[in-house]
Amino acid sequence: MWRDAALVAGKDLRVEARSRVGVNQVVPFALLILILFAFALDSDREVLTKVAPGLFWVAVMFAALLGIQRSFVIEADDDARDALRLSGLDGAGIFLGKAGAVAVQLVALEVVLAVGVIVLYDVHLRSPVLLLLTCLAATIGLAAAGTVYGIIAAGLRVRDTLLPLLVLPVLAPVLLAAARACDAALAGTPSEGWPWVRLLAVFATIYVTFGVVAFGALLEEV
Amino acid sequence: MNLAVRFRSAVSLLDRFPALAGVDLDVAPGDVVLVRGPNGAGKTTLLRACAGLVGISSGEAEVLGHDVRADRRAVRRRVGLLGHAAFLYDDLTVADNLRFAARASGSSKAAADAASARLGLDGRLRDLPAGKLSAGQRRRVALAAVVARQPELWLLDEPHAGLDAAGRDLLDELVREAAAAGATVLLASHELERAAALATRSVVMAGGQVRDGLLDAPAPSGQPASASDPGPAPAKLESAHVA
Repeated sequence: MWRDAALVAGKDLRVEARSRVGVNQVVPFALLILILFAFALDSDREVLTKVAPGLFWVAVMFAALLGIQRSFVIEADDDARDALRLSGLDGAGIFLGKAGAVAVQLVALEVVLAVGVIVLYDVHLRSPVLLLLTCLAATIGLAAAGTVYGIIAAGLRVRDTLLPLLVLPVLAPVLLAAARACDAALAGTPSEGWPWVRLLAVFATIYVTFGVVAFGALLEEV
Repeated sequence: MNLAVRFRSAVSLLDRFPALAGVDLDVAPGDVVLVRGPNGAGKTTLLRACAGLVGISSGEAEVLGHDVRADRRAVRRRVGLLGHAAFLYDDLTVADNLRFAARASGSSKAAADAASARLGLDGRLRDLPAGKLSAGQRRRVALAAVVARQPELWLLDEPHAGLDAAGRDLLDELVREAAAAGATVLLASHELERAAALATRSVVMAGGQVRDGLLDAPAPSGQPASASDPGPAPAKLESAHVA
């Protein structure tokens, strides 16, 4: 399973590195969200600083949607999904590989966006450990849930418009918990953030487990 | 006898339409079987069913000793399918595509590189993204991916389509080599003359069923069974018919 996961993740990351869709489109799109909000709320610097965690995760979530869609578009071109099925790779391995590749891209995006938030929103980091664990748990949850719903939508003609409708409500708890935990981390009150991190960890565990168990069967149905 | 392919009354429904409507087929190991038939007869579905890519809703389907329904993964690791699509990632180079195909099926990077060289995909072509290749070159890469997998059962759907003359000759050579090495080949083609020269046996598909598919069936009397029958295979092939 782990060998298959590494193989699929390596392939997906290589495709992204070669196509540069992430660097040329997804990252600028996410930065644009931050900049537009900065313009919109510029007159009230205090509000901007206060809502920074929520805006950061909104930008991450929309960018994640693009990344997840992209992850399945590359399999749809030239019936590559058939090649994936024909390979005999373990379904759980394919899930972990695809979710892992999405997670790696999201982490890179979060680093860029974090710099953007610090520069544009005048934010100061106070509890880095809480912040790191929040990002880790939220990223795993986003990638795992997104990959599960990505494969469900992949076989449908309306997948491009359906995926956001399916995924955004499911990811709402991640957005809420991650924003609250980051809020606590930035405010220097980590004790208020840990319960939200635990919620993120539970969410991530549920979707990773579900994906490992069900992805193979879902891939066959596409 | 252990058969490479054994289908009994196998039915496969595609959107409720019986693409395979009770297929009975035996293929002995090492055979090169030409599957003939008109468009829509079910040739592609049969090959995809052998690869475990389409479901069997009733009947029996065994490939290389594995039940296709129960042990799909084991079947897939041992077969190679050259389908209508090339199954390539456009952004990856030819070399990356072949290495991924080989390693995903449990084969080695060396096998991928050897297949690449054998199909004339070394040099400049190796490092080109698959998306920049011509249709014929993509077909060659797809064939190289099959070779790199080192399959025990080759499933070739219109394999000559899109290849230039040299590519067609090379394909024929590869099929003969694979058969000589003990691999089994199922070949669906409308290019009867060329495919017949490769085949050791021929079966006819029509309406989702295989006529003369069983090895122990009585020899066909030669009369066409329906208006959709594509007609007899070339003389050389008929004389080599195993049944």
